[in-house]
Amino acid sequence: MTDNISAILYLISSVFFILALRGLSSPGTARQGNVFGILGMIIAVGTTFTLPTVLSYEVILAGIIIGGGIGTFIARKIKMTALPQLVAGFHSLVGLAACFVAAAAFFRPEAYGIGTFLDISTGSLIGISIGLAIGAITFTGSIIAFGKLQGLITGAPLTFPGQHLVNAILGITLVALVAWMTIEQIESTFWGIFLLSLIIGILIIVPIGGADMPVVVSMLNSYSGWAACGIGFTLGNSLLIVTGALVGSSGAILSYIMCKGMNRSFLSVILGGFDDGSEIFGTTTSREKAIKSGSAEDAAFIMKNASSVIIVPGYGMAVAQAQHALREMGELLQADGVDVRYAIHPVAGRMPGHMNVLLAEANVPYEQVLELDEINKDFTRADVAFVIGANDVTNPAAKTDPSSPIYGMPVLDIENAKTVLFVKRSMASGYAGVENELFFRDNTMMLFSDAKSMCDEIVQALN
Amino acid sequence: MQPGSVDPLIFGITVLVLACFVGYYVVWRVTPALHSPLMSVTNGISSVIIVGALIAAGPSEANFAQIMGFFAVVLASINIFGGFIVTQRMLSMFKKKR
Repeated sequence: MTDNISAILYLISSVFFILALRGLSSPGTARQGNVFGILGMIIAVGTTFTLPTVLSYEVILAGIIIGGGIGTFIARKIKMTALPQLVAGFHSLVGLAACFVAAAAFFRPEAYGIGTFLDISTGSLIGISIGLAIGAITFTGSIIAFGKLQGLITGAPLTFPGQHLVNAILGITLVALVAWMTIEQIESTFWGIFLLSLIIGILIIVPIGGADMPVVVSMLNSYSGWAACGIGFTLGNSLLIVTGALVGSSGAILSYIMCKGMNRSFLSVILGGFDDGSEIFGTTTSREKAIKSGSAEDAAFIMKNASSVIIVPGYGMAVAQAQHALREMGELLQADGVDVRYAIHPVAGRMPGHMNVLLAEANVPYEQVLELDEINKDFTRADVAFVIGANDVTNPAAKTDPSSPIYGMPVLDIENAKTVLFVKRSMASGYAGVENELFFRDNTMMLFSDAKSMCDEIVQALN
Repeated sequence: MQPGSVDPLIFGITVLVLACFVGYYVVWRVTPALHSPLMSVTNGISSVIIVGALIAAGPSEANFAQIMGFFAVVLASINIFGGFIVTQRMLSMFKKKR
């Protein structure tokens, strides 16, 4: 096959990848989009197989079978609550694979037709150094993120004095090494970039707290794309450049959306802090204010007699594995003629869109699940807001109290509903350590219980 | 400017910039409900670096590049199969009202 035909096939593959992302614009076309993605990958791999230099089919097939088997096994077994860890783990593999390809290209450039050892064309060399640097950062950064999400490493931000200065010096050194490598081709700079990037990957994720994980996962998603892009420049392959840019911009946009959902600047997330627990807001006197607490029967009675209920799930709901009991509760209410809908805050889960997947897994039809912008004005017309496992994302202090650490964060206006039901284990504050004044309002009823047992009890009461 | 006189690096940058624009507009159209499948599918497609791995593993004689290539093929394959299958699993859960 000539180079031109290969290039055209790679182009078709790029188009399929674009269509794969395009399909995700609605749940109806999304599955078709995934098929486009698979087709694009088959064309890309198949085309590469026909290249004249690719001869060792046994070795390659063995690699694909081993990797494919592992990937299939993991993807089938993984629980949907563990999705963020899985994605972080996968990102680390892309990063490491990029490092391996960069190493192959640097030490055996003949295989890629980009020059000879220590005499590689400048464009390819820039690609190698950038692919290597971003790949290594993605690799170690994703491992740390995986550890934090899996609970292997503490979710609390780890900071030390002079951290920003150290990071800045390492960052500048890395840029200098990359520049040096593209000018003077020396073997030791390759290893220098590799080691330095591995260290930087660890240092940039370690100070970021657990609550900011949605941003971190999105950011690493973006990095894995830019690493692929760097490899694309190494090989002079447009398919890799296009795909890397698609993934890179996708991750960047998701990071932006997550930051906006928390009203945090990207920079402040990267620099770490926020949920360090050192600041306690809200005065202790407010704890003596009266709260109204109720039972599952009370909640069932109120909701049964409502005409419209909006459920606000948070990550606490998922931790308690309450999604199936919650869906059952919603269905029973609907059978009684109650309009039931779900309101999702952008940072409700541990990664973008996580809560939607968890509800979908529990068989909640997606038409009932609405985003903050779509449903927020409807709380004024709702009889009941049923908040389960969420706290900060409903706190009106974000709108009224400029001294609050969550001030400016978009929140769900649940206080506009006639009655607010709060399922909570205790009066503890949310991640941001801010007290929620809604607990003390006249139209709020606290339901103190584990999320799952409360839903189960309400279901019993409804029956 | 003579035809064919453009540096491949400049050509690559041209492709990169245009692809960023495509990515920007396509990704903003993705519905927020499907942001998790978006992440897993981008996981799968970013493993297209398997192309570079296959070329490294390609030559029939065993050397450093081939070993690197082999490991990269394994890692990228984990991601390709894992990414697309978990996306498929997620998307099959999104159902309309019965």
